[in-house]
Amino acid sequence: MGAGQVLAVAADADLGAARMQMALSLGWHIVLACFGVGMPAITLLAEWRGHRTGDVAYRLLARRWARAMGVLFAVGAVSGTILSFEMGLLWPGLMGRYGEVIGLPFSLEGIAFFIEAVFLGVYLYAWDRMPPVRHMLAGVPIVVAGVASAFFVVAANGWMQQPVGFTVEGGRITDVRPWRAMFNPATPPQTVHMILAAFMVAGFGIASVYAVAMLRGRRDRYHRLGFLLPFTVAAVITPVQIGVGDWAAHFVASNQPVKLAAMEGVAETGRGVPLHVGGIFVDGEMRYSLEIPRGLSLLAHFDPDAEIQGLAEVPPRDRPPVNVVHLAFQVMVGVGFGLLALSAWLAAVWWRRRELPRTRLFWWAAAVAGPAAVLALEAGWVVTEVGRQPWIVFRVLRTADAVNPAPGLVWGFALVTVVYVVLTVATVSVLRRLARDVPVPLAPQERDVSEYKVV
Amino acid sequence: MTLAELMLVVLWVGLTAYVLFGGADFGGGVWDLLAGSPVGGRRQRALVEHSIGPVWEANHVWLIFVIVLAWTGIPPVFAAVSSTLYIPLTLAALGIIARGAGFAFRKASTGLWRQRLFGATFAFSSVVTPFFLGTAAGAVASGRVPPGLAEGDLVTSWLNPTSVVTGLLAVATAAYLAAVFLTRDAQRGGDPELAELFRHRALVTGVVTGVLSAVGLGVLRADSPDLFDELTSGAALPFVGLSVLAGVASLVLLWRRAYLAVRVTAALAVAGLLWGWGVGQYPVLLPGMEVEDAAATDAVLAASLGALAVGALLLLPSLWWLIGTFQRGEQGH
Repeated sequence: MGAGQVLAVAADADLGAARMQMALSLGWHIVLACFGVGMPAITLLAEWRGHRTGDVAYRLLARRWARAMGVLFAVGAVSGTILSFEMGLLWPGLMGRYGEVIGLPFSLEGIAFFIEAVFLGVYLYAWDRMPPVRHMLAGVPIVVAGVASAFFVVAANGWMQQPVGFTVEGGRITDVRPWRAMFNPATPPQTVHMILAAFMVAGFGIASVYAVAMLRGRRDRYHRLGFLLPFTVAAVITPVQIGVGDWAAHFVASNQPVKLAAMEGVAETGRGVPLHVGGIFVDGEMRYSLEIPRGLSLLAHFDPDAEIQGLAEVPPRDRPPVNVVHLAFQVMVGVGFGLLALSAWLAAVWWRRRELPRTRLFWWAAAVAGPAAVLALEAGWVVTEVGRQPWIVFRVLRTADAVNPAPGLVWGFALVTVVYVVLTVATVSVLRRLARDVPVPLAPQERDVSEYKVV
Repeated sequence: MTLAELMLVVLWVGLTAYVLFGGADFGGGVWDLLAGSPVGGRRQRALVEHSIGPVWEANHVWLIFVIVLAWTGIPPVFAAVSSTLYIPLTLAALGIIARGAGFAFRKASTGLWRQRLFGATFAFSSVVTPFFLGTAAGAVASGRVPPGLAEGDLVTSWLNPTSVVTGLLAVATAAYLAAVFLTRDAQRGGDPELAELFRHRALVTGVVTGVLSAVGLGVLRADSPDLFDELTSGAALPFVGLSVLAGVASLVLLWRRAYLAVRVTAALAVAGLLWGWGVGQYPVLLPGMEVEDAAATDAVLAASLGALAVGALLLLPSLWWLIGTFQRGEQGH
């Protein structure tokens, strides 16, 4: 191997490491971000019910969740900061040229996050210094700002899928229309899909904890409500989310046909294309999959004879990896329908008997629902991001041209991985500890106030 | 003033806020590290935790604000700085994770060994993070980050005399600000003994920071004569003068136990240094790259600045309310 080849191999390894590092830190942060968006609303709902009914169980739950929220928000704040560093550390080729185009949504996100942090500080630390209604009002901006943050960040990602609002002349950006870039065509379906996903992850996630408690025989009112409230929020959103997912898929079909071809493993362009369930893509064709005739044409364009573009429409160097995207898409859709079935189960039992299901199978499924929702979330982002490859900005800039040319990114990735493993272990351990803790202190964060007057 | 200049001013205001507030939070970690044994240092650690707990996340957002404004307003500078300085900035980023997570985890933990483990993580990363951020600042100040992607030396750009002095100065500044702020917090919390302790520390770190600043100027003279000339004779001189005066005044006020007034002068001393650097280096951002070469298009600058102005209308009252709620808090008890 010549020196040039060695350098090229090292550069490939660095690109791979940069992509893995971004995937790791984004994939990690997104879970926290979902709780950051969804959990304040669920907590406020419990606090409001507790205030209206005087029910101790609701009031205890609100405090318990607020404590967990304090930990999750802190970790989310720092894991989110790393991402803004990494935009430059790993992808200076993207930020140096296009940073200004996506600067507006990030500036707005900064403001939203600031407001979130301010009101969270008040909400958590001044719980008992304020009358209940004022305290709940202090919680409302957290919800609004959290949802707004999600919107702005995903709008910036939408721009990477549908880059509009700028003109390049002679390799230099000459004209930017920042509002157009922010409200690019991908923004509406992507942001709505993500915000709903956040509420599902938070709702099913919190409910899972109480489903486990149910399995262990703790069926008192506190645990029942702890399950029912977040689960209901998530269950109501699930059917809506499946509709929105369909909208997002239609959008991809019309605007990123190569991504759709990878999601479905379509090699050649054709009409009346079948839907592939399962299977792997080998030697340019889909194998071992269950085929639903004309299914894809029908689903993607509401017409069984509609034309679907295949991967062959673009040269091999412009195609995303098929199997990863196909598998991730199947996982996301499968989990989504599984969660819908579980929600329907609870709804049916509740409608007939006004009580929670008794069978352990339901509680096992409910305990799995939280991790499953996280899995669907991650799978959905794999579809979005890996499906966009080899482009970092769709059809404008290749990922390989955006990466930091400095050598040794592999070592950075190794270091970051170690830190995230430790961080994961510590976070899980602390949250488990919090869940086992019996006394709830006066203000959720104040150790120095030990008196306990909720009950 | 052009939009690009206005953007730079806003960015520098954000940086100043981060150095003052975020810096003090890091300094709290430094004092946590030096508080001694778990039993003997309990009161100091409790004060640190009590003071920074409700506000550190909001203070931390200033950093995100600075980063975002940098890539929005001066994208090539952001790309050049982050690609050449990816080693110290990666280490600083990991330090930020360890700091925030360690702090939050310690609060939520019971049991001494957990609290010690997370507390040590919090405290150690509070020293390391400002150091690396400081070396990065020194790299830019001494002109070691050329435009382009990773064009500078990946190691010597931030391991050099100016960077090391700036890194140490950042740690000392953080510790100094924290000691000054904590003195008043301890006094208001009704613990005069603790207030005396932090007063003493503020005096010592104040002198150390002053000496380090002087050494830094000497290093700069050898290492980056252009910036040194600007700082000592050009437009930056008034800011440096203000910094020196405010620094001396702080020592006097501390000596006389005027704990509220010293907050203002200590902040002025630090801000003066920061603005002296900014004004001294203006309009050169990186060697061979001036503001007009780096600035984003006017449409972007106008939209972002407009959004920030509207955002500030929401944000500043909220921030005031947050700080007010907790600075007044103890009086109700």
